[in-house]
Amino acid sequence: MTDLLTLSGVHTHIGRYHILQGIDLVVPQGQTTMLLGRNGAGKTTTLRTIMGLWQASRGEIVLAGERIEGRATPDIARRGVGYVPESMAVFSDLTVKENLVLAARDGPLDDTQLDWIFGFFPALRRFWLSRAGSLSGGQKQMLSIARAIIEPRKLLLIDEPTKGLAPAIVMALIECLKEIKRKGATILLVEQNFFAARELGDSVLIMDNGTIVHRGAMAELAADVPLQERLLGLSLEAHQ
Amino acid sequence: MTELAATDPLPKPKRDLAPILLPIALALVVIPLIGSTSSWLTLTAASLAMGMMIFIMASGLTLVFGLMDVLNFGHGAFIAVGAYVATLVLAPFAASMQADSLWMNLAVLAPAALLSMAVSGALGLVVERVLILPVYGQHLKQILMTTGGLIVAEQALYALWGPQIIPLPLPASLRGSFIIGDVAIAKYRVLATLIGLAVFIAIQLVLNRSKLGLLIRAGVENREMVEALGYRIRRLFLGVFMTGSALAGLGGVMWALYREQVHASMSDDLTVLIFIVVIIGGLGSIGGCFIGAILVAMVANYGGFLVPKLALVSNILLMVAILMWRPRGLYAVTSR
Repeated sequence: MTDLLTLSGVHTHIGRYHILQGIDLVVPQGQTTMLLGRNGAGKTTTLRTIMGLWQASRGEIVLAGERIEGRATPDIARRGVGYVPESMAVFSDLTVKENLVLAARDGPLDDTQLDWIFGFFPALRRFWLSRAGSLSGGQKQMLSIARAIIEPRKLLLIDEPTKGLAPAIVMALIECLKEIKRKGATILLVEQNFFAARELGDSVLIMDNGTIVHRGAMAELAADVPLQERLLGLSLEAHQ
Repeated sequence: MTELAATDPLPKPKRDLAPILLPIALALVVIPLIGSTSSWLTLTAASLAMGMMIFIMASGLTLVFGLMDVLNFGHGAFIAVGAYVATLVLAPFAASMQADSLWMNLAVLAPAALLSMAVSGALGLVVERVLILPVYGQHLKQILMTTGGLIVAEQALYALWGPQIIPLPLPASLRGSFIIGDVAIAKYRVLATLIGLAVFIAIQLVLNRSKLGLLIRAGVENREMVEALGYRIRRLFLGVFMTGSALAGLGGVMWALYREQVHASMSDDLTVLIFIVVIIGGLGSIGGCFIGAILVAMVANYGGFLVPKLALVSNILLMVAILMWRPRGLYAVTSR
């Protein structure tokens, strides 16, 4: 299995704060890699650094054999990276349709792709011409993910998609992400919801204080309660 | 958090009509204070014309503010440059300007206005590349750089044209007024109002009916996410900046014809009005800018007629009142 994304010794400074302190990680092609860790561990910074929203001050980021650190965010996006930020960042003044029209950078909306998306996000079809700002939190999250997958992407960076959502919506999102996985997508997924992490993850990376402190198979972590408690301070079982 | 199922109807977004009703209410409230219907109509027509000219000059600035959070205190330079370019173009065609044919007048005036827009737009390109590009994200430096740029531009105009006021007479067919009963409405004010409306409609069409417009609206709301979708927002910003500069040039020509004179510091007073319009309209909001421009012009005209001593501070008072009512302006687009 080839590695689609590799980070080697990546450091990121935000102002005078040294957030990422030498990150080494790989995201294998076609797999979902979970990035777990406590609040403030550097998970969001890792995604933003990959996306070029914050520049790495040191280290290498390689996407599909090409170095992308130091490149501008639009250039990275055009290399096939989709980004779903923690804040969802839907354009609230635009309709659902307009949000997706913008996301379909390379041309008009593809009906087949739209039907596939509507299959697990029927609300988006129903509210097609409604302003995104009037959607509920869960629907905004659906739109945010739909925007990232409206065109084929090499890699999806998704930041806490289940945060603040009702359990029923979380289950729907998990099913959606499983479907995206089945289509062969490569995903780097930051998640605080351990149930979602166990359902979706092939491999797992755990961060603490700006470094990766554990890497392995998700199934192994899910089965090892003492390891969960040592690395995360909590067990997966306690979160179900 | 309340979640909606796919089958639930979405709550209908409320149409925020209060800002639209504000100028209408203001116009109605002053009728008994002014007393004479003909004076009220003349003042209202003057307000609309002045408001449209201010809107043309301010529309680009509000998008620049909203899209890239850039404080351009040098916007007035484009206004003055536009007006001076018009004097250059129109000087050799004085006879055509004073001919008693509307078409002959417009045949000279329209190319002059277009050339003024082109020169102001090109100057906008230079200003963005030289003055603004190095100071993105640094407000204090933006203020210093663009204020410095304005001073340099004004002094360059003084050096090239001298300190004297240059007359720019209205073309013959736009002089005088339309007389309806005992109401006189200046012809040029009608033309200015029509041009302002045309610019407003054109901007609205671009913003609402094209992908470019979608990008601008999205960029005003969240430029980082627009970049994360793969769009180079700096290029978009450059285009908006040049268009805003060109519109300021057009506004400069129209204002100079309105006042029938041009001088290097003609934009000084206007810049204050433009900033008030941009702030009370809501940064990045074209609709807010449009209503704000009309309000500012109404307050200036009605206030000047009713309480001349208050005229100097009336627009500041208007801004204070609006910001107390809506701290982010009439139509808040950005979270800044």
